Amino acid sequence: MNLSAETEEKVMFDDIASMLRTFEEKRENLMPILQEIQEKYRYLAPPALEMVAKRLGLSSCDVYGVATFYNQFRFNPPGKHQIKVCLGTACHVRGGDIILENFERKLEIQAGQTTPDREFSIDRVACVGCCALAPVAIVDDTVYGHMAPSKVEGVILGFEIEKERKEREKQDSESQE
Amino acid sequence: MVTLIVDNKEIETQEGSTLLQACLDNGIYIPNLCYLSGIEDPPGSCRLCFVEIEGYDQPRTSCRVRVQQGMVVRTNTEHVRRLQKTAFELLLSTHHVDCRNCPANKKCELQRIAKFLHFGLKLKRLEPLERDIEVEHEHPFLEYIPTRCVLCGKCVFVCRKRNGQPMLSFAKRGFDTVISFFGEKDKAVDVCKECYACAEICPVGALLVKDSPNIPNP
Repeated sequence: MNLSAETEEKVMFDDIASMLRTFEEKRENLMPILQEIQEKYRYLAPPALEMVAKRLGLSSCDVYGVATFYNQFRFNPPGKHQIKVCLGTACHVRGGDIILENFERKLEIQAGQTTPDREFSIDRVACVGCCALAPVAIVDDTVYGHMAPSKVEGVILGFEIEKERKEREKQDSESQE
Repeated sequence: MVTLIVDNKEIETQEGSTLLQACLDNGIYIPNLCYLSGIEDPPGSCRLCFVEIEGYDQPRTSCRVRVQQGMVVRTNTEHVRRLQKTAFELLLSTHHVDCRNCPANKKCELQRIAKFLHFGLKLKRLEPLERDIEVEHEHPFLEYIPTRCVLCGKCVFVCRKRNGQPMLSFAKRGFDTVISFFGEKDKAVDVCKECYACAEICPVGALLVKDSPNIPNP
């Protein structure tokens, strides 16, 4: 993890600490708190769960049990590029799980995880509403219909080339100055 | 005291006791995994303790039924056995059966139930569906082997009872459900060091004291 990510986390934990003070120590506040953290930071960091447990007088593993039960919570920071692979009925029938597997293998992470460089994260979703295009993957805001295992590499490569191009431009402008 | 008839035998038991407890106290064994005597609200989740009670159409889980005066109960009907065998078969289908290398061998509740139901530990009808979960090595004193766990919840119950706040709990959902020791590593050092109630209560050798033999890939 680089330095900026560390300071970012520290700011997040400080903010969560002050947010927690606005809640009463009642068990029924558990879900609203978790939802608020998820809403604001897009993930529940393990230390945040421990902070919540302490505030509400619950055991950490109880909080973890509740949080892991629900699909709406994630435990890794989302990547810069979010890959969502549809596993709804139509996509499932057309081999959506194979697409998911290909993304997982290519990026060496599992669904729900983020690459160590925080560039990509993979999630499985259930139906994005364009079943005619099955199997579907959504990367950031772009819908990729009629996905094929062979197209997975190309999608990732596109982002990597884009990243390299931006870096080169940045370097060029810096050297010109 | 309450009198009831179980398998044509008259038994006496205390009022308010569960039917399962009454039978066990009187030497009538009914297969069970998730029931613990003293548990106020039995989860009834293992689906093994079915009995037929006169006046009810369907078999009932005996851990969830309170005894009543004059109850007539049968524990070994064909319907009951079929339900028990199916529930047991489903449990076995996700259980890594390797008794020879398991520390619970010969005292395993699954072996006892298999013997009682005359049911082999080898699957015939169902395909094995082992869960691909790694062994939990994070706890300082305990090992958790999810492929052996039947998710009876006894460990969570005894831990909560003894330590107020449990050091372990169910996590995730459905087929991915596991027992997790999330958080409070420091507290675990003080509390778990002298307790081990969870490892003692585990009916299948899924929770072990660290450094005991037969832990897969340490």
